Amino acid sequence: MTAQALIETKGLTKQYPGVLALNSVDFDLKSGEVHVLFGENGAGKSTLISMLAGANNPSQGSVLLDGKEVRFESVADAQEKGIYTVFQEFSLIPTLTVAQNIFLGWEPMRGPFIDHKTMRKRAHDMLLELGFDIDPNEVTAHLSRAQQQMVEITKAFHGDLKVLILDEPTASLTDKEVDHLFEFVKELKEKGVGIVYISHRIQEFSRIANRVTVLRDGGKIGTVDMVDTDDDALVEMMTGRAIDEIYPKITKGSGEVLLSVENLRTVGIHDATFDVRAGEVLGVAGLVGSGKSRLFRTVMGLTTRVGGKVTLKGEDISHAPTRDIIKSGIYYLSPDRKAEGLDLAKTSKDNLAINLVMGDKVGGEGQLVKWAEVNSEAVTISDYVELHEGYRNKPVSQLSGGNQQKVLFGKCFGQNADIIIFDEPTVGVDMGTRAALYLLIKELAESGKAVVVISSDLPEVMNLSHRMIVLAHGHVSAVLSGDDMTEEQVLKYFFDETGAKQ
Amino acid sequence: MTTEAIKNGPFEPIRKVFLKVGVLPFFLVGALIIFTALSDKFLSVQNLVNVARQSVYLVLVSMGQMLVLISGGFDLSVGTSIALTSVVSALGMVWFAGIFPDAIWIAILLGAFMGFAAAIAVGLVNGVGVAYFEVSPFIMTLGVSSVGAGLALFLTGGVPVSGLPFAFGDTFGFGRLFGIPVPVIIAAICILVMWLFMSRTRLGTQVYAVGGNIKAAHLSAIDTKRTLMMAYVICALIASLTGLLLTARVESGEANLGSSIALESIAACVIAGVSLRGGIGRVENVVLGAFFIVLVQNGMNLAQVSSYMQMVLLGALLILAVIFDQMRYRMILSGS
Repeated sequence: MTAQALIETKGLTKQYPGVLALNSVDFDLKSGEVHVLFGENGAGKSTLISMLAGANNPSQGSVLLDGKEVRFESVADAQEKGIYTVFQEFSLIPTLTVAQNIFLGWEPMRGPFIDHKTMRKRAHDMLLELGFDIDPNEVTAHLSRAQQQMVEITKAFHGDLKVLILDEPTASLTDKEVDHLFEFVKELKEKGVGIVYISHRIQEFSRIANRVTVLRDGGKIGTVDMVDTDDDALVEMMTGRAIDEIYPKITKGSGEVLLSVENLRTVGIHDATFDVRAGEVLGVAGLVGSGKSRLFRTVMGLTTRVGGKVTLKGEDISHAPTRDIIKSGIYYLSPDRKAEGLDLAKTSKDNLAINLVMGDKVGGEGQLVKWAEVNSEAVTISDYVELHEGYRNKPVSQLSGGNQQKVLFGKCFGQNADIIIFDEPTVGVDMGTRAALYLLIKELAESGKAVVVISSDLPEVMNLSHRMIVLAHGHVSAVLSGDDMTEEQVLKYFFDETGAKQ
Repeated sequence: MTTEAIKNGPFEPIRKVFLKVGVLPFFLVGALIIFTALSDKFLSVQNLVNVARQSVYLVLVSMGQMLVLISGGFDLSVGTSIALTSVVSALGMVWFAGIFPDAIWIAILLGAFMGFAAAIAVGLVNGVGVAYFEVSPFIMTLGVSSVGAGLALFLTGGVPVSGLPFAFGDTFGFGRLFGIPVPVIIAAICILVMWLFMSRTRLGTQVYAVGGNIKAAHLSAIDTKRTLMMAYVICALIASLTGLLLTARVESGEANLGSSIALESIAACVIAGVSLRGGIGRVENVVLGAFFIVLVQNGMNLAQVSSYMQMVLLGALLILAVIFDQMRYRMILSGS
């Protein structure tokens, strides 16, 4: 290791009104290493990188680049000095093409006009060099989230790269795409680029990390060499307590079939047949784009159904509108809590109230709403999902991802559902909250409800499920249970090509 | 930066009120101070009673407008609903009065129903366009507003419909019950019904949910299309009722009634803290907001501000209210 750090912070502190977001953190990144930042939501990771990226200025402390103290005026200024950041929130303009997005603000010119031909050519070359299979002429909105992430990464590679900061780059990528990204990170390391890497996915660290710095509540807990540590030790550092079992043991129930799906077809889904049973957790796995979410959105009537039969407790719901399906007992939790799940400007209480009013737990059709009952039920639910009292009367936009997810979970208790479909239930949620959410899933399943967990997080699906369906190319490639549910088996069916030809 | 400074300063209560109810209390206090200074008649009981009576029409329309705003859209065609109701009901009353000269109340009733039917048609067209064809509310209601205004002018040839039954204007325009003007009583009943509807019924809750996040509402078993549809129809109906009251007041069916009311009602709502993004708004505040607009107009009249300048000020007030609404929304979301 070279003695000179590429970038270094000394006593870096950020004080927001009422909140000490970062408390005197020393951090250093060497040339050719991957340094992971690890911590729960709100631990200060984002604050730290925002200052490295030039998006924010420290209240105290300093940033040193190549041993010299620097002060970044802006993100553009930091980029000029060789520091590129791929933020978690995308900076792509959905209506522009991939090439236009990559060159936004850097467009190659011919005289006073943009040279589109050169731009397309260079975008094509850049994508090729990075090994991303994306058409530079495609409109960005048409890409999957994973592909957009790739464009975002490509966009970072203008000019001379010294430091690359990746904020949760794999959150929406499939395993194959993650492999690809890691290959690419390795290449960069060999070129001497230093990489700051933020992720919740602890299982990734051993593959790429050289060192890990753990943050908690704005303070630095410690920096360890990856070879000297293991997952358990890191989780313990992060949470301050040992988590023996993140995943609870869920007892399997009776197994009476509640929902059966036969030959369901829609755009991107071919002849899906499976059933969902009471008292068990059905896991749904597949790559991004395999149709695992679409399959259940089709069951819910959220996308057009082309053919097939869906039966809920003996009742044909193949053509029922979504609201009737919900009322007959299936509740679907959207993976996108901001766009589809919650009313951000309202409090968690108001969000829960919608389901209580619509469900049949309190009051009835046509009657006046009994707000006293609704409110007390909302309190019960908030207690149940362990939403801290201080958060209940705040607009949900102000809550962390984990707490927003708790509110979203709470919504399903407002409606008396027998089947609950969790689509990516823990995306962007920290470990502590995850464990709490998993316990809720356990309680639901053990109380005799049927639970479906759709997730791109393979350990999550494998550890929670009693049975699993695996999708590949919109085709149910396997239904696994018991001892067949091994990672090897699942991965094999991920790449099943039988559905690809259709 | 500014919010940081304010947070710890002596303006904390002001900030809290602003976050909670919006800009209305500040505007109201400002208007009272300014107009009291400009005219000594302004703060007299007689004048305020007068304002209350005049504000009935805007209060009604604003409540309908509020419903549509909360559902996440807006209705530029409220003025057209009023004009169409006025013309159609007046034509109807005159015609039926010719058929049943001895049963004048039947003629009035049938005429009124014709007016309601015309407005329901306006509301249905708006609702279908916005909910089922997903036309932006701006284009949909702007287009319908032109169609309706054109029809109203076409029906009358631009000439006011006169010869309405005397009893109609006498009762609904100038009548009093227990000493209270009939329009005020009707408005009071509407306010009460509307308040109950928005705060105590499932349908009201659905409107808030749809305006707050339509996709989340859809995933919460709400029939979002029907909810939107209902918002536009109820808005048109309330406008129609206003149209009838105004027709009774002017004692003729006129195609140019309510020409400025779309702007005024949106201003009243926004000033009263109804969010232009939908999902937020309260009946009682909207009533106050409409009252405020009429109060300002009355104050300007007393202060002898020309009607042209009044238009300028009203437009500026609306924009100012929207700017404050934006600030407020940002403050709510960021939790400052």
